[in-house]
Amino acid sequence: MIASVGFILTVTGCGAVDNGESINAVGSSAMQPLVEAAGEQYSSNHLGKFINVQGGGSGTVLSQVQAGAVQIGDSDLFAEEKEGIDSKLLVDHKVAIVGLTPIVNKEVGVSDITMENLRKIFTGEITNWREVGGKDQDVVLINRAAGSGSRHTFEQWVLDGKQPKGSQEQDSTGMVRQIVSTTPGAISYVAFSYVTKDVATLNIDGVKPTEDNVKDNKWTIWSYEHMYTKGKPEGLTKDFLEYMLSDEVQEDIVPQLGYIPVSQMQVERDVEGNIQKISK
Amino acid sequence: MEDIQSKLLKKSKKAKLEQFGKTISFIAILFIVVVVVAIFYFVASKGLATFFKDKVNVFDFLFGKEWNPGSVSESGKPLVGALPMIAGSFIVTLLSAIIATPFAIGAAVFMTEISPKLGTKVLQPVIELLVGIPSVVYGFIGLSVVVPAVRSVFGGSGFGILAGTFVLFVMILPTVTSMTVDALRAVPRHYREASLALGATRWQTIYKVVLRAAVPGILTAVVFGMARAFGEALAIQMVIGNASLMPHNLITPASTLTSVLTMGIGNTVMGTLENNALWSLALLLLLMSLFFNIVTRLIGKKGEMK
Repeated sequence: MIASVGFILTVTGCGAVDNGESINAVGSSAMQPLVEAAGEQYSSNHLGKFINVQGGGSGTVLSQVQAGAVQIGDSDLFAEEKEGIDSKLLVDHKVAIVGLTPIVNKEVGVSDITMENLRKIFTGEITNWREVGGKDQDVVLINRAAGSGSRHTFEQWVLDGKQPKGSQEQDSTGMVRQIVSTTPGAISYVAFSYVTKDVATLNIDGVKPTEDNVKDNKWTIWSYEHMYTKGKPEGLTKDFLEYMLSDEVQEDIVPQLGYIPVSQMQVERDVEGNIQKISK
Repeated sequence: MEDIQSKLLKKSKKAKLEQFGKTISFIAILFIVVVVVAIFYFVASKGLATFFKDKVNVFDFLFGKEWNPGSVSESGKPLVGALPMIAGSFIVTLLSAIIATPFAIGAAVFMTEISPKLGTKVLQPVIELLVGIPSVVYGFIGLSVVVPAVRSVFGGSGFGILAGTFVLFVMILPTVTSMTVDALRAVPRHYREASLALGATRWQTIYKVVLRAAVPGILTAVVFGMARAFGEALAIQMVIGNASLMPHNLITPASTLTSVLTMGIGNTVMGTLENNALWSLALLLLLMSLFFNIVTRLIGKKGEMK
């Protein structure tokens, strides 16, 4: 009897389902679809290994990575650009590139704009679409929340250090698109992947917002999608980051979801915004 | 003999059960108290850091008109003026309460005095149903119906205090109505009978006796509704426009304490001024809800029907 109980215990002990490993990848909502898709794929290829993906914003997560609360922090920004983060502790893994484009309500009657006029719109110097060759209609500015990655990128490359005009702010890209599509005279900015036929995009100085133009930096409004780890990644974190940079993800999932693979970039940009051609 | 004595002296099964129940309730209450104290401590320690650690002047915070925690003004002070949000929160709360109160009283009078049958059978469930709708649904309806309507009737972009007021009005209406119904039902029957016996008409009875007697209860209901409006975040965030600007009129984008808080908190780094300033807003919200609680208590105490 005792033996049989012991036998059962050992059997169940050995046969206990491998609870597996899991890591948390938290952060930027702009990156969430990409990391989610890659995480799912990874888990289905590697049984018992899970990648928990959550959104929540680029800011908080960097301090969480720094504190060791999560393994991977997804961010649209360089950690150096966030105050209160000791970027020396963090290791940057650039997994993709995302391009941003201004979007406007379809009825404004403008399809091409100069960078200067775009800046003037967002600083409040231009308040009517007539001034840039559109309809006689007031400009309705819609910004993303202060501190959000997309807003930072947009203001960095469009505003040139000038103060934006205080205006409406919205929390999510989806909401921004919804509002721009229904509000006359509205203008905002979203990642390429969020552009649908409900809204119109603007060419800047004749350059179209396309992925090819981002690759050689003709279209300057883009940013890296970073995955930060505290120190050198190990174990599952390392495997997953390697998977993110593997051909399977870079050539399949990344372009499918509207991001641009790192490997296809012809230029490189550092924190200060200096551009360097990648020699191949 | 001894048996009986010990039986009588021992606690009965029921007494033991009661003791057990008392202990459990006490532990539960203690737990709640600890949680509340902990929340207060946490929010206060974070929220006060803006003033103690980052040396922001309290008056600059409460009455400053510029909110941009990431940057500093020309004189080197951080731009953390919360007045636009404070004003926005108070204006939408007051306006929505002002609009909702007459509707709520009307509905409650109908349900209790005029047609109690229809009231309990149809209106009560309908109102309770309204309470259960998630606020994101209200927000979405606000975004796709109220905002365009405001835009075409009143002009502007549609986003602003007016749209927020309409959405909040619908959201607090059920709360205020059902609490007003309770207040009216609590008016003793003999008040009405005495009034009718004196020859008063039904309207006179309702207006001069029932409503008068229920004033403290109705006030409590309104304050409760205001507390709900003040703390509502999601729906209002979708329609008010979230611009940290002083509201000059009802149809330009404004913001509330809650909308700024929910939008900003994910984008800031713990321990920085940006983050602390948001916690200060949270502290302000907490103090306001405490204030609303105290007000309802005071009203309740003052107007107790004896």
